[in-house]
Amino acid sequence: MAQELEMENSNEGTLQRLFQRLVAMMSGFLQWLFFTVLSVGPIPNHIAFIMDGNRRYAKSQKLGPGAGHKAGFSSLISILESCYKIGVKYVTVYAFSIDNFKRDPIEVQSIMDLMLEKIDELLKEESIVSSHGIRINFFGNLELLSEPVRMAVAKAMVETAKNTNVVLSVCVAYTSTNEIVHAVQESCREKIAQALLNSKFNCEMRDFERGYNTLSKVDCSITLEDLERHMYLAECPDPDLLIRTSGETRLSNFLLWQTTFCYLHVLDALWPEVSPWWLGWVILHYQRAKPYIDKRMKVL
Amino acid sequence: MYQMLSLQLPLPPTINGFSYCYPKPALWLLHDRYRSSSRNFSRACSSSTLLKYCVHACATPSDVAFEREEVKGTDSSTGIPVDESPSLPAGLRPELMPKHVAVIMDGNVRWARQRKLPSSFGHEAGVRALRELTDLCGKWGINVLTVFAFSTENWIRPKVEVDFLMNLFERVIKEDLNNFMRDDIRISVIGDSTKLPVSLQKMIAEAQQITRNNSRLQLIIAVSYSGQYDIVQACRSIADKVNEGLIQPNDITEAVIEKELETNCTNFPHPDLFIRTSGEQRVSNFLLWQLAYTELVFAQPLWPDFGKADFVDALCSFQQRRRRFGGRDS
Repeated sequence: MAQELEMENSNEGTLQRLFQRLVAMMSGFLQWLFFTVLSVGPIPNHIAFIMDGNRRYAKSQKLGPGAGHKAGFSSLISILESCYKIGVKYVTVYAFSIDNFKRDPIEVQSIMDLMLEKIDELLKEESIVSSHGIRINFFGNLELLSEPVRMAVAKAMVETAKNTNVVLSVCVAYTSTNEIVHAVQESCREKIAQALLNSKFNCEMRDFERGYNTLSKVDCSITLEDLERHMYLAECPDPDLLIRTSGETRLSNFLLWQTTFCYLHVLDALWPEVSPWWLGWVILHYQRAKPYIDKRMKVL
Repeated sequence: MYQMLSLQLPLPPTINGFSYCYPKPALWLLHDRYRSSSRNFSRACSSSTLLKYCVHACATPSDVAFEREEVKGTDSSTGIPVDESPSLPAGLRPELMPKHVAVIMDGNVRWARQRKLPSSFGHEAGVRALRELTDLCGKWGINVLTVFAFSTENWIRPKVEVDFLMNLFERVIKEDLNNFMRDDIRISVIGDSTKLPVSLQKMIAEAQQITRNNSRLQLIIAVSYSGQYDIVQACRSIADKVNEGLIQPNDITEAVIEKELETNCTNFPHPDLFIRTSGEQRVSNFLLWQLAYTELVFAQPLWPDFGKADFVDALCSFQQRRRRFGGRDS
């Protein structure tokens, strides 16, 4: 009798697993179909994400501390996979703002620990980074990070430098205003160094001894191109689409310079709840707005 | 209809941003609705009482707001106390009003095309909408209103249109100067004024000088302006100071750059609320630095159609938001 019951339960379990597998295959097929239809229209070359809502998700699901950010990381991998399938070349995510250092030190430390753990995972052979040829960049004021995190970040950038399919830019210890300050500082230093070099070359020893105080105004003037060259994200094109989750409609000091003409979209869903279907839905909105944006850009 | 329902239902309407102000469908369409029953935080438009449901079902929120606007003290029909701010629509809390509102006045030309009119009609209609908004901001205690009148990118529009706009700016400033003095409005103009006609430059300088002591509302008009231009000109000023040895590159901070931006003409340089009309969801190179933590509202109506009701909806939406500036709620 007990044996019969056990066999029955085992059969039910098998049927359930088969059913789940069937549903997953069906969902995968429908998703492939959806992405194929999407790819008929213009696909954004660069999508930026503000991954907002991890903590609220953890609270709503009654999860422990740090679980929200872990769920957020899983969501990031899923979205990255979808971007790869759709043909998006550049993905930029707002992982940690300089303002976030104001939070509870325990939360900040748990995020840094999670970052270390996940960077290790991503650099493994079997991860999505290897299989899909994803290059990872970390942008921001990395001096503000602790030594272990800085080293892990540097390691990730070096080991994935040869990948070319998708470029994932992770903005950590980043704010756009800090990026602009950095660009101004670097531009000034470059101009000073250039002018000093010119002075030395022209053998104007008096100018050289006096240092940079005799630079002409023209020599030291900064242009738009100078600033753009020294931005952290200089090697990436400007985003075509910026998506913020959790319903907040603000930029929160993210890519202010680069999103001048970018299409902005807000999703009510929290970041761990975002699925590839939502991404496809937003891209549909983008495709609808694109002709008008292109028309305005052509005029420029 | 609303009064009939109020008499029947025993619950007094509560005076808060959630009761009366539901964003119009135009604003909602720009968000994707996704409701999770497991989420446990209050959302702006969760409707829990029968009173709220009936109000929402039977009237637009703006109709309800304006029915009560003129009542002071108590509602004459129900005897229920209402917000005591003399001119603020019911449902808007005076302590949550933004200090600085920035607006991209988009849609004038499309408005004119829809009516098969020349674009100049659209711009004239836009001026009327701006006058109305300025009046409302002055009445409702908003300190600064910044409007994006003409971008650096707009210079490549047809010469006829550009000349018309320059004449329009000059005419409006000249005609409304007395109104600005009467209404205690201070005029400031930001942007690359070197490209403007000399007569307009003189008019602007005169208007800024005459209204410099007005304090009720500061109207900042961005003409020949772009956010990137603003940052570049600030950086050039800083580079000049580096050149003169007044500052080292290492001493350049965000505060140093802020002082050089054109919005240093006001005590509230950072907009709390940004509104763009015509449904376009882009910032379009307007006030880049200053919009870092600004709440964005993208309204569907074209600028000439953007009226009091739409502004109230935008303010309601703003007042329902939780601003954290990178930190956490408790």
